[in-house]
Formats: sequence, structure tokens, C-alpha cells
Amino acid sequence: MRSRLPVVLVLPAIAGLAFLLVPLAGLLIKAPWATLPSQLFSAEVGQALRLSLICASLATVVCLVLGVPLAWLLARSDLPGRGVLRALVTVPLVLPPVVGGVALLLVLGRRGIVGQHLDQWFGISLPFTTAGVVLAEAFVAMPFLVISVEGALRAADPRYEEAAATLGASRWLTFRRVTLPSVMPGVIAGTVLCWARALGEFGATITFAGNFPGRTTTMPLAVYLALETDPDAAIVLSIVLLLVSVAVLAGLRDKWISGPS
Amino acid sequence: MTLHASLRVSRAGFSLELDLDIEAGEVVALLGPNGAGKTTALRALAGLVGSSSQITHNGSTWDGLPAEKRPIGVVFQDYLLFAHMTALDNVAFGLRARGTRKAEADTVALHWLGQVGLGDFARAKPRTLSGGQAQRVALARALATSPELLLLDEPLAALDASTRLRVRSELGRHLQDYPGHTLLVTHDPLDAMVLADRIVIIEDGRVVQQGTPRDVVRQPRTDYVAHLVGLNFYRGTAHGTEVRLDEGGTLTIAEPAEGPVHVVFPPSAVSLFTEKPAGSPRNSWQAVVSGIEQHAHTTRVELDGNPPVLADITTATVAELRLQPGDALWVSLKATEIHTYPR
Amino acid sequence: MKRVLAVAALLLAGCGSPAPAQTGVSGNVTVFAAASLTESFRKLGEEFETANPGTKVTFNFAGSSALAQQINQGAPADVFASAAPANMKQVTDTKAVTATPTTFARNTLQIAVPEGNPGKITGLADFAKADLKIALCAEQVPCGAASKKVFEAAKITAAPDTLEQDVKAVLTKVSLGEVDAALVYRTDVKAAGDKVEGKDFTEASNAVNDYPIAALDKAPNAAAAKAFLDYVLSDKGKRVLSEAGFAAP
Repeated sequence: MRSRLPVVLVLPAIAGLAFLLVPLAGLLIKAPWATLPSQLFSAEVGQALRLSLICASLATVVCLVLGVPLAWLLARSDLPGRGVLRALVTVPLVLPPVVGGVALLLVLGRRGIVGQHLDQWFGISLPFTTAGVVLAEAFVAMPFLVISVEGALRAADPRYEEAAATLGASRWLTFRRVTLPSVMPGVIAGTVLCWARALGEFGATITFAGNFPGRTTTMPLAVYLALETDPDAAIVLSIVLLLVSVAVLAGLRDKWISGPS
Repeated sequence: MTLHASLRVSRAGFSLELDLDIEAGEVVALLGPNGAGKTTALRALAGLVGSSSQITHNGSTWDGLPAEKRPIGVVFQDYLLFAHMTALDNVAFGLRARGTRKAEADTVALHWLGQVGLGDFARAKPRTLSGGQAQRVALARALATSPELLLLDEPLAALDASTRLRVRSELGRHLQDYPGHTLLVTHDPLDAMVLADRIVIIEDGRVVQQGTPRDVVRQPRTDYVAHLVGLNFYRGTAHGTEVRLDEGGTLTIAEPAEGPVHVVFPPSAVSLFTEKPAGSPRNSWQAVVSGIEQHAHTTRVELDGNPPVLADITTATVAELRLQPGDALWVSLKATEIHTYPR
Repeated sequence: MKRVLAVAALLLAGCGSPAPAQTGVSGNVTVFAAASLTESFRKLGEEFETANPGTKVTFNFAGSSALAQQINQGAPADVFASAAPANMKQVTDTKAVTATPTTFARNTLQIAVPEGNPGKITGLADFAKADLKIALCAEQVPCGAASKKVFEAAKITAAPDTLEQDVKAVLTKVSLGEVDAALVYRTDVKAAGDKVEGKDFTEASNAVNDYPIAALDKAPNAAAAKAFLDYVLSDKGKRVLSEAGFAAP
């Protein structure tokens, strides 16, 4: 029989769990259950929820397409100054999201360094558009993906890649068929974190993409504005966001994460 | 057809200079202590390490080719089977990577799995295979692409003793059938003796001896090799039937010789006595027991004397002599047991 | 000469004798004030501390509705200065404040345009043009509610590209040139500096925003709360507020 779990670990663990769950319980207890169904099925909530899910998923795709190769570069290449690059990649994590939004405006805004040319040459203007929401969410969420994939890559044994090379596989084939499958748990964990972060994104989104119902008003923005006048509605919106994200994450977990590895 | 390799690898504190010729169908074992550069040599041949090596085969040169462009197959020490693929996909991987269509690659892979006796394990994932089975899948994977050069890096090291015996003989059979060039890297002399046609021994990145297993066993040229094959080994200068040893002591031999020689004799040829032997052995000297090691059927006794010597004696003799480290004994050795050959 | 007197007053205060015409209050006074009052109330607070030695004014600047919620949750405030009567009502409804709040300042809307007015905005009618980038405050926040009132009175259907969560967010977009025009309070335009230009428009009179102030019933330091409130309503207080762009009630 295993010895009992050490109290010195169990007590802080329980305290930690309570610290995370009690505020959620607070939301549920204070929820205006009577008006909940009507709030839930209102057009505005549906619109904001749909927009949130679409934008968070698109942002996650953007992060995967750009972030996995970036993680590979950081983990496997012998680029000079890789340590500095690695630190820079995490900047969006420590930057207040609103500042991130301003930074995006300075670059991709109508008068931004790149944005002014997009506007002049192609007539593309990203602020105040759904594409802008996707961009802002991807900016903030990508470090989560990059860090977790890079960690997995660094933990993976590079000799498997050598074995693939001796079998005649090009580096791209090796990456697709050997490296990527071997770090899949890390990629999935990173994707989930990334999606969750994108779904809850507020500061960078409202700063870069603004707030316009149906176009850029995602759930967190709707929650924030509802809080101004109608705290009950804000609680309902929060619960909806909470339930949907828990459902999606739990579904993914069953399918991808807890399976035999 | 010969594969010529002139391997040159240098990095901080270590350099490898190794010239190798391997004939078609020949198995060459690269034997040496840890850190001698065996694996580095294998990686240089495979193109996995940057080097200024020159490798030519059948009129073409491999210099500067990356690993994936070389016609090689490698069996790694811990096999490195791809964990997320079935045994069949592992074996088919090299063919698929080289552009063979899936159906055809699977057929060939299945054939090779059959060859190593694992036809029923095509759908098994590597983690469900035993060590011996995994080793055979790794061999099938390396051979499936019909490589010109087969490289084996300590292919038996990860197996337990009983499995190793069986897998070694199977491996020997496959290597005999394989028409290409084979280089086997090992630190186990038995692997080299059983599997190789020729043994190349390296120490500190340089060749110290090469020859057939029989030559190497009979005439070791370094302490390391002598230790591997389990012989008492000395350097000396012969004058007729007397050899003056470099590190002190003199031995009488049966076959007269002249000049610098290596001197070897098996530890089993040595007898130990508590009193000076009265009979006619031509060599006897006093020595002190410095170590006792129990082997399967004999006991190896290490003795400090002039010269120092290893003796294998029966357990009965150990009991009779009541051996303890520090005991002073008489060493006796027949001249006919001593073998000398020129340095 | 003035400075000499002030120094003398300080010296007297230091000696422990109360300065003339003061109420003798002391201690900490905690003021919850709307974010739009940040600059002017900081200045008022410093002046109040100078005039009432021994006092210390601590501010909590935030959106009026957030402040009202904090007060209703029992936050230990002495004074609440709201940017809208509606948020003051939130605290009178819960009896956190029973006294009648006093209107101490008024604010009107102004058109904010980036430096140089690249969109060539001339009046409120330009807000209906779809090809211009327009930012408004969300209806849920005071400046958005006021904007709505103005547009309704002027019978203009605005075509905003974004409904921002607060004035600062609107001004960020104006100063970066991301939008051609926005509607914010004149005090905000004044505080935003050179990168934002303000344009008065006649319809602004349809939405004059009153700023009410009140001392809380459960004020930890009731005497100081009263003194601060009086100071805000005094001529000195009015002068500071008008410098910030507020109109007198």
C-alpha cells in the first residue's frame, strides 16, 4: 500500500483548488437564474458567442500555422541569439493586452508603419474588422502555443530525426511524420491554452479592433459593457462563456489528451 | 566492389583518423573502449556528423551528402523505432521516404518483417514489442531500403544476456545473407568475434590493430585487446628461448625467437602453489595475491609479482589453497604454453 | 508675497495652532471619483491638503459604475463624485447615500478629431458618412449615452465603426489617427493634449452631463468628507474645475 499523501502538499493543493473554483462558484450563486433563459437565447448573446468562437478558432489556426514552425526554429536551429528571441516571443505574455493592442495599431493601424501601405495599396484596413479581432487574439495567444510546443520539442529526442534521415527522409518529411507526431501532446496542450486565451481576450481586441456588435463585439467585450449598466447580464454572459469553454475543453480532452499516448 | 572510407573528424579534445575499406558482403567490426570514436566513425559514415571525410563507393563519392541522400541503413543502439507508428509503418518508412508507393512499400516491409520472424507483428506498436523483437524490427527497417552500407551501432547492447545470445546468432544469419557492406560498432569482443569477418580495433581515434577474429584473439597488440580476449600480455625482447620482459622478469619459451616480441599465454595455463614447485616447469616465480574474482566455472586470481600475472584456477584449488588477498604464492607456467610473435 | 503667506501658514500649522478659517479636520479622506475627474481632483486634493494640514486625500479613480458597485459592496469611501446622476442613483438606491447629492460641475460633448483634421469634419452631420471612420462611446457608458441623446435630438443616424468602452480608448484611436472623428467630453479633449483637436457644435446643448457629488453615510471620516465636499463646491474648487474644461452648474 502506498503511504498517505503528504499533508504539506495536500493542504496547499486544496487551498489552490478553492482559490480557483470559489470565484466561479460565486458567479453561479449570484446568477439571476430566473432571467437566465431569456438572456441566453437573446440575439445579442448568440451573436457575440458565435463571433467569439469563430475568432478564437481562427486565431488558433493562425497561431498553429505560424507558431509551430517558430517553436521548431527556436528549439532546433542554431540561430545566433536564440535565447534573446525566445525571451522576445514571450513579450505578449507580460505586456498588458491594451498595450499590445496599441502596438498593433501602431504597426497595422490606418496610419501604422505597415498598415498605411496596406490601406494605400490594397485598400485593406484591419482595425474595426473581424480580421482585426482574429489578429489581436492571435497576437496575445501565440506565446502560449509557442512555449508549450517548443518545450515539447526540446524534450523530444533529436536522434529520432537522425534515424529518419538515415532512412532517406527529408527534413520536411521528418518534421511531418516523426517530429510532429512525437510532440503532439505538447501541440495539443498549447492549442488548448492558445484557444482559451484567445476566447477570453479583451484588452488587445477592444483596443485594436474596437467594439461593434456582430463585427468585433466578442463575449468578453459584451461582458465588460454589460457590467457598466446591468451586472446581472454580465454574470449571465460570463456563465455562458464559461460553460461553452468548459464544454469545448472537456470534449477535446476526452478525445485527444487522456487517450493512450 | 570496395567501399573506401577515409574518416576525419575533429572536435575539442578529440580527433578521429580512420581509414576503412569494406568489401561487398564483408562484415567489419569496429571494436574499442568507450570514447575511442567508434560511434563518431559510424555517424561520419552515415553523414550525421560534420566531417572532412572522404567516402567513395562504386565510382561515386558520398562526401558532403546529407544522411538522407546516402544509400545506408542504420540500426541504432536503442533502435529508435518511431513510437507512434506500427512495426509495419516503421519498416515501410524508408521506402515511403524514398518515394515508393504505399501499397508496394507495405508489401516489401511485410516481407522483411517475415524475414526477421515478425510477420505476425505488423500492426504492433513498438512499445508492445520485447527488446529482441524491437531489435529485429530495427534491422528489418534498416534493410528494407536495400542499402549499400549497413551500419550497426551496438545492436545487442540493450538486450539482456539470454536474449542476446539468441538474437546474436539470428543477426549473424541475416548479415551472412546481406550482400552489401556492413560495419558493426561494438565494445563487446564476443559480438565482434561471432559476427565479423574482420575486426578493426581503435583507441583514441586511431587504429591499433586489425585482422580476422582468429588473428586478433591469438595475437593481441595492445593491453586493451589482450584484456578483451582474456590473455596475459607482455612486451619483451627474445634471445633464443629466453624473453626479457620490458616491465621486468624473464620467461623461458619453447620455440626460439629473436628481437622485440609480444608474449601471451592464457590465464588457464598458470598454476599456483604454496611451496616452490619441485618438478620441471621452466618458469616459476613468487607473487602476491592482489585480487580474486569468481567466474562461472573458474576463479580468476590477480597476482602482483615479477611479472604480474592473471591465473584461472579451479574452485577446488581455491579451497585447497584457502586463498586470501595478500597471500604469497608460487606461480608456475610451462614454456610450451607461451606464445610469442614479433612486435 | 502669496508664497510668503503660504509658508507662514504652513509654519503656523506646524506649530500646532489651527490655521484661521479652517474646520480643524484631520486624518485620511478617501474619495471615489469618476475617471474623467482624475487631473482636476488630483489638483484639488493637493490644494485641500495644503489648506487643511494634517489631512491626506486618497483617490480611487475609475468608471463611475464600477465605483458605484464598489461602494454598494461596502468599500470604505468618504466621498463619491460621479460622472453621471445615474451612477449616483445606484448608491442612493441602496441608501449608501441618503443626503441629496449636489451637482458640482457640468460637461458637454465636443467633436474630437486627430491633429490637422484629416477627415475634414465640420459638424455633427459628418458622423453619418459611412466612408469616414467614426468612434463613439458605447451606450452603456456615460459619454455614449450622451452621444445617443445628441444624435437623436439632431435626427442624425451615426455610422460608427466602433463603440468604445471608455473615453480613454476613444481618445487613443483619435490620437493615433485610426478614426476621423469621435464624440467625447470637452474635458477629455482638453486632457488629451496636442494630438487631438476639439470642435464645438451647437447640438451639444442637448446633452449636458451633470456631475453629482455626495458624502457617504458610512464615511469613516465624516468631518473630513464634509470639508472636502465644501472645498470642491467653493470658488477655489470651481476655478480648478473650469481650468479642466468643466462648466459651472
